Amino acid sequence: MKVKAISRSASTYAPQGTTSAPVPRNLNPALHPFEKAREYTRALNATKLDRMFAKPFLGQLGNGHVDGVYTFAVDPKVLNRVASGSGDGVIKLWEMTDRSEVYAVRAHDGVVKDMCYTDDGRLLTCASDQKVKLWDHPSNMQQESTRDGVSPIMTYLGANSFNSITHHRYDKIFATASSSITVWDVLRSDPIQTLSWGSDSITTVRFNQSESSILASAGTDRSLVFYDLRLSIPVTKLVTTMSTNCISWNPMEPFNLATGNEDHNAYIFDMRKLDRALNVLKDHVAAVMDVCYSPTGQEVVTGSYDRTVRIYNAREHGHSRDVYHTKRMQRVFSVAFTPDAKYLLSGSDDGNIRLWRAKASERSHVRSTRERMKLEYDEALKKRYQHMPEIRRIARHRHIPATVKKMAETKKIELASIKRKDENRRKNEKNMPPRVPERQKVVLKRID
Amino acid sequence: MDSDDDETGPVALARHTTAAAKTTLQKRQKMSHTDATEEKAIKAFQHDAVKEYGRGARVPVKSIKAKRLRENMKRMENKYREGAIQAKATELLLEETPGYLEAEGLEKTYQFTQKAILKEVDVGTAKKGFELKLPTFGPYCIDYNRTGTDLLIGGRKGHVAAFDWRSSSLHTELQLNETIRDVKWLHNSQFFAVSQKKYVYIYDLKGIEIHCLKKHIEVTHMEFLPYHFLLGTIGNAGWLKYQDTSTGNLVCEINTKMGTPTSMSQNQRNAILHVGHAKGTVTLWSPNTTTPLVKMLCHKGPVRALAVDREGYYMATAGQESLISVWDIRTYKKVHSYSTPTPANSLHISDRGLLAIGWGPHATVWKDALRTKASSPYLQHLTPGNIVEDVRFCPFEDILGVGHAGGFESLVVPGSGEANYDALELNPYESKKQRQEGEVKMLLNKLQPEMIALDPDFIGTLDRRKPEEKDKERWQEAEKRIDEKIKIKNRQRGKNSALRKYLRKSGKKNIIDEKRLKLEGLKEQRQRLAKGLAESKREELGPAVARFYRPPAR
Repeated sequence: MKVKAISRSASTYAPQGTTSAPVPRNLNPALHPFEKAREYTRALNATKLDRMFAKPFLGQLGNGHVDGVYTFAVDPKVLNRVASGSGDGVIKLWEMTDRSEVYAVRAHDGVVKDMCYTDDGRLLTCASDQKVKLWDHPSNMQQESTRDGVSPIMTYLGANSFNSITHHRYDKIFATASSSITVWDVLRSDPIQTLSWGSDSITTVRFNQSESSILASAGTDRSLVFYDLRLSIPVTKLVTTMSTNCISWNPMEPFNLATGNEDHNAYIFDMRKLDRALNVLKDHVAAVMDVCYSPTGQEVVTGSYDRTVRIYNAREHGHSRDVYHTKRMQRVFSVAFTPDAKYLLSGSDDGNIRLWRAKASERSHVRSTRERMKLEYDEALKKRYQHMPEIRRIARHRHIPATVKKMAETKKIELASIKRKDENRRKNEKNMPPRVPERQKVVLKRID
Repeated sequence: MDSDDDETGPVALARHTTAAAKTTLQKRQKMSHTDATEEKAIKAFQHDAVKEYGRGARVPVKSIKAKRLRENMKRMENKYREGAIQAKATELLLEETPGYLEAEGLEKTYQFTQKAILKEVDVGTAKKGFELKLPTFGPYCIDYNRTGTDLLIGGRKGHVAAFDWRSSSLHTELQLNETIRDVKWLHNSQFFAVSQKKYVYIYDLKGIEIHCLKKHIEVTHMEFLPYHFLLGTIGNAGWLKYQDTSTGNLVCEINTKMGTPTSMSQNQRNAILHVGHAKGTVTLWSPNTTTPLVKMLCHKGPVRALAVDREGYYMATAGQESLISVWDIRTYKKVHSYSTPTPANSLHISDRGLLAIGWGPHATVWKDALRTKASSPYLQHLTPGNIVEDVRFCPFEDILGVGHAGGFESLVVPGSGEANYDALELNPYESKKQRQEGEVKMLLNKLQPEMIALDPDFIGTLDRRKPEEKDKERWQEAEKRIDEKIKIKNRQRGKNSALRKYLRKSGKKNIIDEKRLKLEGLKEQRQRLAKGLAESKREELGPAVARFYRPPAR
């Protein structure tokens, strides 16, 4: 007789006096029944936990401003400094590590319309008082001067009130927008170049940070104009259905830009192919006032007149990934990503500057390997089962203000009605123009 | 020079290349031989891996027209394949090998007595074969917990004992002075359920009565579904009841309408309960339907015992006519059958597919008896004078527990148990902390009763039905709902009928939905009846014309 029976020694499988007992694995599927059902349950739990931990609001910067916050400047090279400009002409510099105020100064007599950082970390502000001011880096200032009052190192005088300002990536020039676009040398008080196409006032102008001589501007005449400084003439003009409020270039893909429009949508355009938008980002129920690309170029954040901030995946379907709002947040006029892409800033009419997490359920502490692996596993599970009805419902559910919800419903009905009418006409009328794709609707005319 | 070179060059080159080609060809032939065998071995390995660890048939990727989807599916399929191959590769790390018992020369394995086997095996295993003589309160039904560390025995006349059989330390012993029909461990070795004379009780490991399940009356058989935390019971009245042991809710009660059940077992693969009945049928139940999922006629008389193998492929049933039939439960067809001298009392299938049969005072074990027809048993054991009540294999051990009229016996059956356990699933050597953590994990991953279906992997699959079929089902469901809701008295006289009143009261007169259509249908039917017309338009038209009649679209 040859015989052998399973005989495990307890000393190897459960050694005494140690906490690290061996964990033998056997991947035989019969030992792991209900594989799919269990995985689905885990995915469901992970989705629920994600929503439970979704606490996006971190707090406000200092005590905010007295008037509405209409603009931000984030230095892409520095993580801890952010400047903000308010309706009463005050600019404030913020220390992000403890959300405190570094200095506040009444810089202008009118509304601070726009501000930006120069390549060497100095701050440029423009306002409706027809002035542009250059402010030095606080480390170069005298200690007492920051406390008592800061004075600009340069003031540039213009003929009209300024709407927007943008600095070149590395040359010492900047461009301002008023009734025309003016290009300035930082070291000279007179403009070096003036660009214009059309007569209406220009609301925003932005330098492309990668293809650095390209300049995009948007005006109240519903135009989106592209200039090349090497040619010193406008290149292309795009007329859209409604006017564009803001522009943000994609930092990773130099030819793509996001624009926020009066028609409640944000659009992503390819500079090379302007006859249609690359993507239409919907969901807002009022005009999009500011738009900002994430430093990764993957996401877009928008602030709107409907008092909400929305985050979109720029490449995916055009609905927001998340929506942020608070009871006291008024109309949002400025949004920005911090340079590490982890946080968002929103400035609104109520004078507060709010700091948000870019991913609502993410926490920034140092993670143990076990925790990290668990999160990665959960992420993979959520992705795998994202189309299951229950999981999709939970993942998509957001609480939004009643007014916004109501407005969204009304808008939906209105749009459906327009569509229905169009369809009815198509059924009964001859010689109707062909249907225009949603991404093409925004473009009225393109002039080269 | 140039011309010289030009003349000699190509010739020399040609010579050189032919020589080189010859040698490389030889080399390549040699190489290719070894390469080919190696490649073949790799192919065979991959084939085995996909077969054992794969997740079903490959999706035919080439027929997908959408480019992006095709690439995604291709990537997914490759991932699955890679995963299967890697899983197969981990077999190298398995530490234990399964047991075996082989006869030499003229010996037959079924001739070996326990005494002879215990003499040959190592000391550790020899200790595992033991006998408990408990002649007073028998016969005993038994249950091993899921990790195989603890044993629960229940004597018909009221004796219950729970103990760690490896260290032979008693957890608890109860004298209940009541009939005990079945005992069952719950999700771990901390709680167990006992079906007593009238109700089912749940005790903890110290023997303290925690719950009395008054909804479960005169229960004869119990099964615990560990991943769903469901205790399934069936009693003399033939009501199958599912109790959620984590929340305490009674999930459902189903009347089997088949009288007193004779046996019950669970399919570990899909958590379906198999119930054997007195008329020879076996019915398959899930808590989601009020009718059995499958009804099989297995025997001519009562189905005395049932067992399903771990993979959920085979079911063994024992009938009153002394036959044991093996069924393929993927096709619901009989594979083959064995006979026993007297009808079997109990059946169980081990993790590695050994079939244990308790009949009369005997316990017989058959090897390779499910897929193929075995000619002779693997092992036999006789407990003279004691009728065997219950046979159960111990998980992860080569042990067969036999509960009989005179107590309990633990038999060594080499090759019955799964040698390599997965510590993250079930760990026989877990510490207290691990057990506690495992319990929390189990509760977090608890499956909902709705997930129980014949195919356990249906979650996440596509509903391939046509939209019309789906619609039809929706209609039927809606109608059913409405039928439940509407209870209208059939008053004959007067205009103010209950139906009219209902229609009036329910308001929303301009909304036409399923309910409204149903009600209007009812109204029309009644009107026709009142007028003395046929019940439906179709009937009125008569058989010749009715086939041309199309009911108005909904």
